[in-house]
Amino acid sequence: MKKTVLIVDDDMDYLFQMKIKVEQFGFETITADGQKEAEMIIETTRPDLAILDLMMENDDSGFILAYKIKRKYPDVPIIIATAVTAETGMTFDINSDENKQWIKADLFLDKGIRADQLLKEINKLLKI
Amino acid sequence: MAEYKILVVDDEPGIRMGTKRILQNYKVDYPFMDEHIEFIVLEAATGEEGIEIIDREMPDIILLDNKLPGIQGVEVLEYVKKKLYDIVVVMITSYASLELAVKATRDGAYDFIPKPFTPQELRGSIENITKQLFLKRMTQKMNKEGKLIRFQFLSVLSHELKAPINAIEGYVKMMNDRQFGDDMAAYQEMIDRMQERIKGMRSLIMDLLDLTKIESGKPVQHLESVNITGIAQISIDTMRPYSIQKDVDIYLNTKEKIMMDADPNEIEIIFNNLISNAVKYNRNGGRVDVFIESKKEAIVFQVSDSGIGMTDEEKAKLFQDFVRIKNQKTKNITGSGLGLSILKKIVDMYHGEIDVQSVPDKGTTFTITIPVNAQT
Repeated sequence: MKKTVLIVDDDMDYLFQMKIKVEQFGFETITADGQKEAEMIIETTRPDLAILDLMMENDDSGFILAYKIKRKYPDVPIIIATAVTAETGMTFDINSDENKQWIKADLFLDKGIRADQLLKEINKLLKI
Repeated sequence: MAEYKILVVDDEPGIRMGTKRILQNYKVDYPFMDEHIEFIVLEAATGEEGIEIIDREMPDIILLDNKLPGIQGVEVLEYVKKKLYDIVVVMITSYASLELAVKATRDGAYDFIPKPFTPQELRGSIENITKQLFLKRMTQKMNKEGKLIRFQFLSVLSHELKAPINAIEGYVKMMNDRQFGDDMAAYQEMIDRMQERIKGMRSLIMDLLDLTKIESGKPVQHLESVNITGIAQISIDTMRPYSIQKDVDIYLNTKEKIMMDADPNEIEIIFNNLISNAVKYNRNGGRVDVFIESKKEAIVFQVSDSGIGMTDEEKAKLFQDFVRIKNQKTKNITGSGLGLSILKKIVDMYHGEIDVQSVPDKGTTFTITIPVNAQT
Protein backbone atom coordinates (compact mmCIF):
# COMPACT_ATOMS: atom_id res chain seq x y z
CA MET A 1 0.00 0.00 0.00
CA LYS A 2 1.17 3.52 -0.76
CA LYS A 3 2.46 5.52 2.20
CA THR A 4 0.78 8.81 3.01
CA VAL A 5 2.66 12.07 3.48
CA LEU A 6 1.05 15.05 5.19
CA ILE A 7 2.33 18.36 3.78
CA VAL A 8 1.60 21.60 5.60
CA ASP A 9 2.52 25.03 4.27
CA ASP A 10 0.75 28.37 4.12
CA ASP A 11 2.43 29.28 0.84
CA MET A 12 0.00 27.77 -1.65
CA ASP A 13 2.62 27.59 -4.39
CA TYR A 14 5.14 25.80 -2.26
CA LEU A 15 2.40 23.46 -1.04
CA PHE A 16 1.40 22.65 -4.60
CA GLN A 17 4.97 22.10 -5.76
CA MET A 18 5.82 19.90 -2.81
CA LYS A 19 2.65 17.87 -3.36
CA ILE A 20 3.57 17.22 -6.99
CA LYS A 21 7.12 16.27 -6.02
CA VAL A 22 6.05 13.84 -3.31
CA GLU A 23 3.38 12.27 -5.50
CA GLN A 24 5.99 11.68 -8.18
CA PHE A 25 8.00 9.78 -5.60
CA GLY A 26 5.01 7.43 -5.43
CA PHE A 27 3.37 8.53 -2.18
CA GLU A 28 -0.18 9.57 -1.40
CA THR A 29 -0.43 13.15 -0.10
CA ILE A 30 -2.70 15.08 2.19
CA THR A 31 -2.22 18.85 2.27
CA ALA A 32 -3.11 21.55 4.75
CA ASP A 33 -2.57 25.30 4.41
CA GLY A 34 -1.83 25.97 8.04
CA GLN A 35 -1.45 24.72 11.57
CA LYS A 36 -5.19 24.76 12.30
CA GLU A 37 -6.20 22.73 9.28
CA ALA A 38 -3.39 20.26 9.92
CA GLU A 39 -4.53 19.79 13.50
CA MET A 40 -7.99 18.91 12.24
CA ILE A 41 -6.56 16.38 9.81
CA ILE A 42 -4.45 14.58 12.40
CA GLU A 43 -7.51 14.16 14.62
CA THR A 44 -8.76 11.51 12.23
CA THR A 45 -5.82 10.56 10.06
CA ARG A 46 -2.43 9.11 10.81
CA PRO A 47 0.04 10.02 8.08
CA ASP A 48 3.19 7.93 7.61
CA LEU A 49 5.32 11.05 7.49
CA ALA A 50 4.80 14.80 7.80
CA ILE A 51 6.56 17.71 6.08
CA LEU A 52 5.86 20.98 7.85
CA ASP A 53 6.65 24.60 7.14
CA LEU A 54 8.01 26.51 10.10
CA MET A 55 6.51 29.98 9.87
CA MET A 56 2.78 29.80 9.24
CA GLU A 57 0.04 31.44 11.34
CA ASN A 58 2.76 32.17 13.87
CA ASP A 59 6.53 32.13 13.64
CA ASP A 60 6.68 28.84 15.49
CA SER A 61 3.61 27.09 14.08
CA GLY A 62 5.77 24.30 12.67
CA PHE A 63 7.27 23.49 16.07
CA ILE A 64 3.89 23.45 17.76
CA LEU A 65 2.39 21.27 15.09
CA ALA A 66 5.36 18.90 15.28
CA TYR A 67 4.84 18.64 19.01
CA LYS A 68 1.15 17.85 18.61
CA ILE A 69 1.74 15.25 15.92
CA LYS A 70 4.42 13.52 18.01
CA ARG A 71 2.13 13.48 21.03
CA LYS A 72 -0.58 11.73 19.07
CA TYR A 73 1.61 9.59 16.83
CA PRO A 74 5.05 9.22 18.42
CA ASP A 75 6.34 7.07 15.55
CA VAL A 76 5.49 9.38 12.66
CA PRO A 77 8.69 10.98 11.35
CA ILE A 78 8.54 14.75 10.92
CA ILE A 79 10.51 16.96 8.56
CA ILE A 80 10.48 20.69 9.10
CA ALA A 81 11.17 22.49 5.86
CA THR A 82 12.32 26.01 6.37
CA ALA A 83 13.96 28.86 4.61
CA VAL A 84 14.83 30.53 7.87
CA THR A 85 18.27 29.04 8.31
CA ALA A 86 19.65 30.27 5.05
CA GLU A 87 18.30 33.73 5.63
CA THR A 88 19.26 34.50 9.16
CA GLY A 89 22.41 32.45 9.33
CA MET A 90 20.81 30.95 12.37
CA THR A 91 20.89 27.24 12.67
CA PHE A 92 18.67 25.06 14.74
CA ASP A 93 20.91 22.11 15.19
CA ILE A 94 18.28 19.43 15.40
CA ASN A 95 20.94 16.85 15.97
CA SER A 96 22.16 18.29 19.22
CA ASP A 97 20.72 16.62 22.30
CA GLU A 98 19.71 19.93 23.76
CA ASN A 99 17.49 20.85 20.86
CA LYS A 100 16.09 17.37 20.50
CA GLN A 101 14.43 17.87 23.84
CA TRP A 102 12.18 20.64 22.69
CA ILE A 103 12.05 20.46 18.92
CA LYS A 104 10.03 17.42 18.10
CA ALA A 105 11.21 17.02 14.55
CA ASP A 106 13.37 14.33 13.05
CA LEU A 107 14.95 16.47 10.39
CA PHE A 108 15.34 20.04 9.26
CA LEU A 109 15.53 20.68 5.56
CA ASP A 110 16.20 23.80 3.62
CA LYS A 111 13.24 24.66 1.43
CA GLY A 112 15.38 24.77 -1.66
CA ILE A 113 16.36 21.10 -1.36
CA ARG A 114 16.76 19.12 -4.58
CA ALA A 115 14.12 16.50 -5.34
CA ASP A 116 16.51 13.54 -5.28
CA GLN A 117 17.90 14.60 -1.90
CA LEU A 118 14.40 14.98 -0.55
CA LEU A 119 13.46 11.49 -1.68
CA LYS A 120 16.58 10.08 -0.08
CA GLU A 121 15.74 11.72 3.24
CA ILE A 122 12.12 10.58 3.13
CA ASN A 123 13.12 7.01 2.38
CA LYS A 124 15.64 7.07 5.20
CA LEU A 125 13.00 8.24 7.67
CA LEU A 126 10.46 5.71 6.43
CA LYS A 127 13.17 3.02 6.46
CA ILE A 128 12.48 2.09 2.87
CA MET B 1 38.14 35.01 22.28
CA ALA B 2 36.06 35.74 25.33
CA GLU B 3 36.67 34.51 28.86
CA TYR B 4 34.02 33.57 31.33
CA LYS B 5 34.91 33.35 35.00
CA ILE B 6 33.64 30.31 36.82
CA LEU B 7 33.68 30.26 40.59
CA VAL B 8 33.59 26.85 42.30
CA VAL B 9 32.37 26.98 45.86
CA ASP B 10 32.96 23.61 47.48
CA ASP B 11 34.69 22.52 50.64
CA GLU B 12 36.06 19.38 48.99
CA PRO B 13 39.44 20.25 47.44
CA GLY B 14 39.04 17.30 45.05
CA ILE B 15 35.96 18.82 43.45
CA ARG B 16 37.63 22.21 43.08
CA MET B 17 40.77 20.77 41.54
CA GLY B 18 38.80 18.43 39.32
CA THR B 19 36.68 21.27 37.99
CA LYS B 20 39.75 23.35 37.30
CA ARG B 21 41.41 20.50 35.43
CA ILE B 22 38.31 19.64 33.42
CA LEU B 23 37.60 23.20 32.31
CA GLN B 24 41.17 24.38 31.88
CA ASN B 25 41.52 23.75 28.18
CA TYR B 26 37.84 23.56 27.41
CA LYS B 27 36.34 25.85 24.79
CA VAL B 28 32.74 26.48 23.80
CA ASP B 29 31.96 27.35 20.18
CA TYR B 30 28.72 28.44 18.69
CA PRO B 31 27.71 27.84 15.08
CA PHE B 32 26.99 31.51 14.47
CA MET B 33 29.28 32.96 17.05
CA ASP B 34 32.51 34.33 15.65
CA GLU B 35 34.45 33.78 18.79
CA HIS B 36 34.83 30.94 21.20
CA ILE B 37 34.68 31.13 24.94
CA GLU B 38 37.29 29.90 27.40
CA PHE B 39 37.10 29.66 31.15
CA ILE B 40 39.00 30.89 34.15
CA VAL B 41 38.25 28.85 37.26
CA LEU B 42 38.22 30.59 40.66
CA GLU B 43 37.95 28.63 43.89
CA ALA B 44 36.35 29.14 47.27
CA ALA B 45 36.22 26.61 50.09
CA THR B 46 33.45 28.30 52.05
CA GLY B 47 30.35 30.36 51.34
CA GLU B 48 31.85 33.38 53.08
CA GLU B 49 34.95 33.21 50.93
CA GLY B 50 32.70 32.70 47.92
CA ILE B 51 30.75 35.92 48.58
CA GLU B 52 34.00 37.84 48.92
CA ILE B 53 35.18 36.58 45.53
CA ILE B 54 31.78 37.24 43.98
CA ASP B 55 31.89 40.89 45.03
CA ARG B 56 35.46 41.30 43.92
CA GLU B 57 35.67 39.28 40.72
CA MET B 58 32.06 39.24 39.49
CA PRO B 59 32.16 35.74 38.01
CA ASP B 60 29.86 34.74 35.14
CA ILE B 61 28.99 31.33 36.45
CA ILE B 62 29.02 29.87 39.97
CA LEU B 63 29.16 26.16 40.68
CA LEU B 64 27.83 25.97 44.19
CA ASP B 65 27.85 23.13 46.69
CA ASN B 66 25.13 23.40 49.28
CA LYS B 67 26.72 21.64 52.23
CA LEU B 68 29.42 24.04 53.34
CA PRO B 69 31.13 24.50 56.69
CA GLY B 70 29.73 27.98 57.47
CA ILE B 71 26.84 29.50 55.61
CA GLN B 72 25.04 27.13 53.27
CA GLY B 73 25.03 27.19 49.48
CA VAL B 74 21.43 28.35 49.29
CA GLU B 75 22.39 31.40 51.32
CA VAL B 76 25.05 32.27 48.76
CA LEU B 77 22.38 31.83 46.08
CA GLU B 78 20.06 34.18 47.98
CA TYR B 79 22.86 36.73 48.22
CA VAL B 80 23.46 36.68 44.46
CA LYS B 81 19.74 37.02 43.75
CA LYS B 82 19.31 39.83 46.28
CA LYS B 83 22.15 41.79 44.74
CA LEU B 84 20.61 41.23 41.29
CA TYR B 85 23.95 40.07 39.95
CA ASP B 86 23.92 38.77 36.39
CA ILE B 87 25.45 35.45 37.37
CA VAL B 88 24.28 31.97 36.48
CA VAL B 89 24.28 29.78 39.57
CA VAL B 90 24.46 26.02 39.27
CA MET B 91 24.06 23.84 42.33
CA ILE B 92 26.40 20.88 42.77
CA THR B 93 24.61 18.27 44.81
CA SER B 94 24.93 14.68 45.78
CA TYR B 95 22.06 12.52 44.65
CA ALA B 96 20.80 12.31 48.22
CA SER B 97 19.90 15.98 48.22
CA LEU B 98 18.14 16.17 44.90
CA GLU B 99 15.09 17.54 46.62
CA LEU B 100 17.10 20.47 47.85
CA ALA B 101 18.50 21.00 44.39
CA VAL B 102 15.01 21.20 42.96
CA LYS B 103 14.11 23.75 45.59
CA ALA B 104 17.24 25.76 44.79
CA THR B 105 16.32 25.70 41.13
CA ARG B 106 12.99 27.16 42.08
CA ASP B 107 14.76 29.86 44.08
CA GLY B 108 16.77 30.99 41.09
CA ALA B 109 19.53 28.46 40.50
CA TYR B 110 19.80 27.81 36.79
CA ASP B 111 20.45 24.11 37.01
CA PHE B 112 22.05 21.51 39.17
CA ILE B 113 24.81 19.03 38.54
CA PRO B 114 24.64 15.82 40.55
CA LYS B 115 27.82 14.79 42.30
CA PRO B 116 29.93 12.82 41.51
CA PHE B 117 30.04 13.99 37.91
CA THR B 118 32.12 12.84 34.98
CA PRO B 119 34.22 15.36 33.03
CA GLN B 120 31.78 14.89 30.17
CA GLU B 121 28.78 15.79 32.32
CA LEU B 122 30.46 18.90 33.67
CA ARG B 123 31.52 20.05 30.23
CA GLY B 124 28.05 19.42 28.86
CA SER B 125 26.44 21.52 31.57
CA ILE B 126 28.95 24.31 31.17
CA GLU B 127 28.41 24.31 27.43
CA ASN B 128 24.66 24.74 27.82
CA ILE B 129 25.03 27.45 30.42
CA THR B 130 27.60 29.32 28.38
CA LYS B 131 25.42 29.35 25.30
CA GLN B 132 22.43 30.43 27.30
CA LEU B 133 24.40 33.21 28.95
CA PHE B 134 25.96 34.34 25.71
CA LEU B 135 22.59 34.54 23.97
CA LYS B 136 21.07 36.39 26.88
CA ARG B 137 23.84 38.96 26.91
CA MET B 138 23.78 39.30 23.15
CA THR B 139 20.04 39.92 23.24
CA GLN B 140 20.44 42.51 25.98
CA LYS B 141 23.17 44.24 24.05
CA MET B 142 21.20 44.23 20.82
CA ASN B 143 18.11 45.47 22.61
CA LYS B 144 20.05 48.31 24.04
CA GLU B 145 21.36 49.27 20.65
CA GLY B 146 18.02 48.84 18.96
CA LYS B 147 19.68 46.24 16.78
CA LEU B 148 17.40 43.38 17.68
CA ILE B 149 14.45 44.98 15.96
CA ARG B 150 16.57 45.57 12.92
CA PHE B 151 17.77 41.99 12.94
CA GLN B 152 14.22 40.70 13.17
CA PHE B 153 13.18 43.07 10.43
CA LEU B 154 15.92 41.84 8.13
CA SER B 155 15.26 38.17 8.77
CA VAL B 156 11.56 38.54 8.08
CA LEU B 157 12.30 40.70 5.08
CA SER B 158 14.54 38.08 3.56
CA HIS B 159 11.87 35.47 4.22
CA GLU B 160 9.27 37.61 2.47
CA LEU B 161 11.55 38.27 -0.47
CA LYS B 162 12.72 34.70 -0.82
CA ALA B 163 9.35 33.00 -0.64
CA PRO B 164 8.10 34.35 -3.99
CA ILE B 165 11.45 33.67 -5.65
CA ASN B 166 11.33 30.09 -4.43
CA ALA B 167 7.80 29.69 -5.71
CA ILE B 168 8.63 31.11 -9.12
CA GLU B 169 11.80 29.07 -9.37
CA GLY B 170 9.83 25.95 -8.53
CA TYR B 171 7.31 26.61 -11.31
CA VAL B 172 10.01 27.42 -13.84
CA LYS B 173 11.70 24.15 -13.03
CA MET B 174 8.45 22.22 -13.37
CA MET B 175 7.78 23.85 -16.73
CA ASN B 176 11.32 23.26 -17.86
CA ASP B 177 10.95 19.56 -17.02
CA ARG B 178 7.62 19.50 -18.95
CA GLN B 179 6.16 17.94 -15.89
CA PHE B 180 2.61 18.08 -17.17
CA GLY B 181 3.31 16.79 -20.69
CA ASP B 182 1.04 18.55 -23.16
CA ASP B 183 -1.44 19.82 -20.61
CA MET B 184 -1.34 23.50 -21.57
CA ALA B 185 -3.97 24.45 -19.00
CA ALA B 186 -1.68 23.26 -16.22
CA TYR B 187 1.16 25.44 -17.50
CA GLN B 188 -1.17 28.40 -17.89
CA GLU B 189 -2.14 28.00 -14.23
CA MET B 190 1.54 28.13 -13.29
CA ILE B 191 2.12 31.25 -15.35
CA ASP B 192 -0.82 32.92 -13.60
CA ARG B 193 0.59 31.99 -10.21
CA MET B 194 4.02 33.29 -11.16
CA GLN B 195 2.52 36.59 -12.26
CA GLU B 196 0.66 36.82 -8.99
CA ARG B 197 3.86 36.26 -7.01
CA ILE B 198 5.76 38.81 -9.10
CA LYS B 199 3.01 41.31 -8.39
CA GLY B 200 3.38 40.60 -4.70
CA MET B 201 7.12 41.17 -4.87
CA ARG B 202 6.68 44.39 -6.72
CA SER B 203 4.33 45.76 -4.09
CA LEU B 204 6.69 44.65 -1.34
CA ILE B 205 9.54 46.49 -3.02
CA MET B 206 7.40 49.60 -3.46
CA ASP B 207 6.46 49.49 0.21
CA LEU B 208 10.09 49.06 1.17
CA LEU B 209 11.03 52.10 -0.86
CA ASP B 210 8.33 54.08 0.95
CA LEU B 211 9.70 52.85 4.22
CA THR B 212 13.27 53.83 3.41
CA LYS B 213 12.11 57.23 2.26
CA ILE B 214 10.36 57.77 5.54
CA GLU B 215 13.16 56.44 7.68
CA SER B 216 15.87 58.43 5.96
CA GLY B 217 13.76 61.48 5.43
CA LYS B 218 12.84 62.69 8.87
CA PRO B 219 11.99 65.32 9.77
CA VAL B 220 9.22 66.00 7.29
CA GLN B 221 10.83 67.61 4.28
CA HIS B 222 8.63 69.28 1.74
CA LEU B 223 5.87 70.93 3.70
CA GLU B 224 3.48 72.80 1.49
CA SER B 225 -0.13 73.77 1.63
CA VAL B 226 -1.98 70.80 0.14
CA ASN B 227 -5.60 70.02 -0.57
CA ILE B 228 -6.30 66.83 1.35
CA THR B 229 -9.59 66.16 -0.43
CA GLY B 230 -7.80 66.31 -3.77
CA ILE B 231 -5.21 63.79 -2.63
CA ALA B 232 -7.93 61.45 -1.36
CA GLN B 233 -9.54 61.67 -4.78
CA ILE B 234 -6.27 60.77 -6.54
CA SER B 235 -5.90 57.81 -4.23
CA ILE B 236 -9.43 56.62 -4.92
CA ASP B 237 -8.83 56.90 -8.66
CA THR B 238 -5.64 54.86 -8.34
CA MET B 239 -7.53 52.16 -6.51
CA ARG B 240 -10.51 52.18 -8.87
CA PRO B 241 -9.50 49.30 -11.18
CA TYR B 242 -8.93 47.08 -8.20
CA SER B 243 -12.18 48.07 -6.50
CA ILE B 244 -14.16 47.40 -9.69
CA GLN B 245 -12.59 43.96 -9.85
CA LYS B 246 -13.70 43.30 -6.28
CA ASP B 247 -17.10 44.94 -6.85
CA VAL B 248 -16.52 47.40 -4.02
CA ASP B 249 -17.80 51.00 -4.24
CA ILE B 250 -15.67 53.83 -2.85
CA TYR B 251 -17.38 57.06 -1.74
CA LEU B 252 -15.62 60.32 -1.01
CA ASN B 253 -18.10 61.94 1.36
CA THR B 254 -16.29 65.24 1.66
CA LYS B 255 -16.51 67.61 -1.28
CA GLU B 256 -14.98 70.85 -0.05
CA LYS B 257 -11.28 71.61 -0.19
CA ILE B 258 -9.47 71.00 3.05
CA MET B 259 -6.03 72.54 3.21
CA MET B 260 -3.18 71.46 5.40
CA ASP B 261 0.60 71.98 5.55
CA ALA B 262 2.04 68.61 4.67
CA ASP B 263 4.15 66.59 2.27
CA PRO B 264 1.69 65.54 -0.45
CA ASN B 265 3.53 62.25 -1.07
CA GLU B 266 3.17 61.25 2.53
CA ILE B 267 -0.52 62.09 2.62
CA GLU B 268 -0.99 60.04 -0.50
CA ILE B 269 0.78 57.07 1.09
CA ILE B 270 -1.63 57.34 4.03
CA PHE B 271 -4.71 57.30 1.80
CA ASN B 272 -3.33 54.62 -0.51
CA ASN B 273 -2.74 52.33 2.41
CA LEU B 274 -6.07 52.93 4.10
CA ILE B 275 -8.15 52.71 0.95
CA SER B 276 -6.37 49.71 -0.53
CA ASN B 277 -6.80 47.84 2.73
CA ALA B 278 -10.46 48.83 2.90
CA VAL B 279 -10.97 47.37 -0.58
CA LYS B 280 -8.77 44.35 -0.06
CA TYR B 281 -10.32 43.21 3.19
CA ASN B 282 -13.87 43.89 2.02
CA ARG B 283 -16.61 41.52 0.90
CA ASN B 284 -17.78 41.41 -2.70
CA GLY B 285 -20.35 44.12 -3.23
CA GLY B 286 -19.14 46.01 -0.16
CA ARG B 287 -18.42 49.71 0.23
CA VAL B 288 -15.71 52.07 1.43
CA ASP B 289 -16.45 55.50 2.86
CA VAL B 290 -13.86 58.26 3.06
CA PHE B 291 -14.43 61.35 5.21
CA ILE B 292 -12.15 64.31 5.82
CA GLU B 293 -12.97 66.88 8.40
CA SER B 294 -11.27 70.11 9.40
CA LYS B 295 -11.69 70.78 13.09
CA LYS B 296 -10.36 73.74 14.99
CA GLU B 297 -7.18 72.08 16.18
CA ALA B 298 -6.88 69.05 13.98
CA ILE B 299 -7.62 67.48 10.65
CA VAL B 300 -9.34 64.13 10.72
CA PHE B 301 -9.24 61.48 7.98
CA GLN B 302 -11.56 58.56 8.25
CA VAL B 303 -11.84 55.44 6.08
CA SER B 304 -14.55 52.89 6.85
CA ASP B 305 -15.22 49.60 5.15
CA SER B 306 -17.93 46.97 5.24
CA GLY B 307 -15.38 44.17 5.27
CA ILE B 308 -14.30 41.19 7.28
CA GLY B 309 -13.21 43.14 10.36
CA MET B 310 -10.79 42.00 13.04
CA THR B 311 -10.76 40.62 16.53
CA ASP B 312 -9.16 42.66 19.32
CA GLU B 313 -6.25 40.26 19.35
CA GLU B 314 -5.61 40.80 15.65
CA LYS B 315 -6.01 44.55 16.10
CA ALA B 316 -3.23 44.62 18.68
CA LYS B 317 -0.69 43.30 16.17
CA LEU B 318 -1.73 45.58 13.35
CA PHE B 319 1.05 48.16 13.22
CA GLN B 320 4.07 45.90 13.51
CA ASP B 321 6.38 45.40 10.54
CA PHE B 322 5.39 42.47 8.33
CA VAL B 323 2.42 41.50 10.42
CA ARG B 324 -0.35 40.21 8.28
CA ILE B 325 -3.48 38.98 9.92
CA LYS B 326 -3.60 35.34 8.94
CA ASN B 327 -6.87 33.48 9.18
CA GLN B 328 -9.30 31.63 6.93
CA LYS B 329 -10.83 34.88 5.71
CA THR B 330 -7.52 36.46 4.68
CA LYS B 331 -5.71 33.48 3.26
CA ASN B 332 -6.24 34.47 -0.36
CA ILE B 333 -5.34 38.10 0.21
CA THR B 334 -1.75 39.04 -0.50
CA GLY B 335 0.19 41.92 0.95
CA SER B 336 3.60 42.89 2.17
CA GLY B 337 2.57 43.37 5.78
CA LEU B 338 4.34 46.71 5.72
CA GLY B 339 1.50 49.05 4.75
CA LEU B 340 0.19 49.87 8.19
CA SER B 341 3.58 50.12 9.82
CA ILE B 342 4.51 52.66 7.15
CA LEU B 343 1.26 54.47 7.82
CA LYS B 344 1.99 54.58 11.51
CA LYS B 345 5.49 55.95 10.97
CA ILE B 346 4.13 58.78 8.83
CA VAL B 347 1.35 59.63 11.26
CA ASP B 348 3.91 59.67 14.08
CA MET B 349 5.98 62.16 12.14
CA TYR B 350 2.99 64.49 12.13
CA HIS B 351 2.38 63.82 15.83
CA GLY B 352 -0.97 62.38 14.89
CA GLU B 353 -3.00 59.54 16.28
CA ILE B 354 -4.61 56.49 14.75
CA ASP B 355 -7.79 54.97 16.08
CA VAL B 356 -9.10 51.64 14.85
CA GLN B 357 -12.62 50.39 15.44
CA SER B 358 -13.43 46.97 14.11
CA VAL B 359 -16.17 44.37 14.35
CA PRO B 360 -15.56 40.93 12.82
CA ASP B 361 -17.70 40.44 9.69
CA LYS B 362 -19.07 43.99 9.93
CA GLY B 363 -16.14 46.20 9.04
CA THR B 364 -13.32 48.41 10.17
CA THR B 365 -12.95 52.15 10.58
CA PHE B 366 -9.56 53.86 10.69
CA THR B 367 -9.54 57.40 12.01
CA ILE B 368 -6.42 59.52 11.80
CA THR B 369 -6.23 62.78 13.68
CA ILE B 370 -3.41 65.17 12.86
CA PRO B 371 -2.99 68.30 15.00
CA VAL B 372 -2.90 71.43 12.87
CA ASN B 373 -0.29 73.46 14.69
CA ALA B 374 2.08 70.86 16.00
CA GLN B 375 3.22 69.59 12.64
CA THR B 376 6.78 68.38 11.90
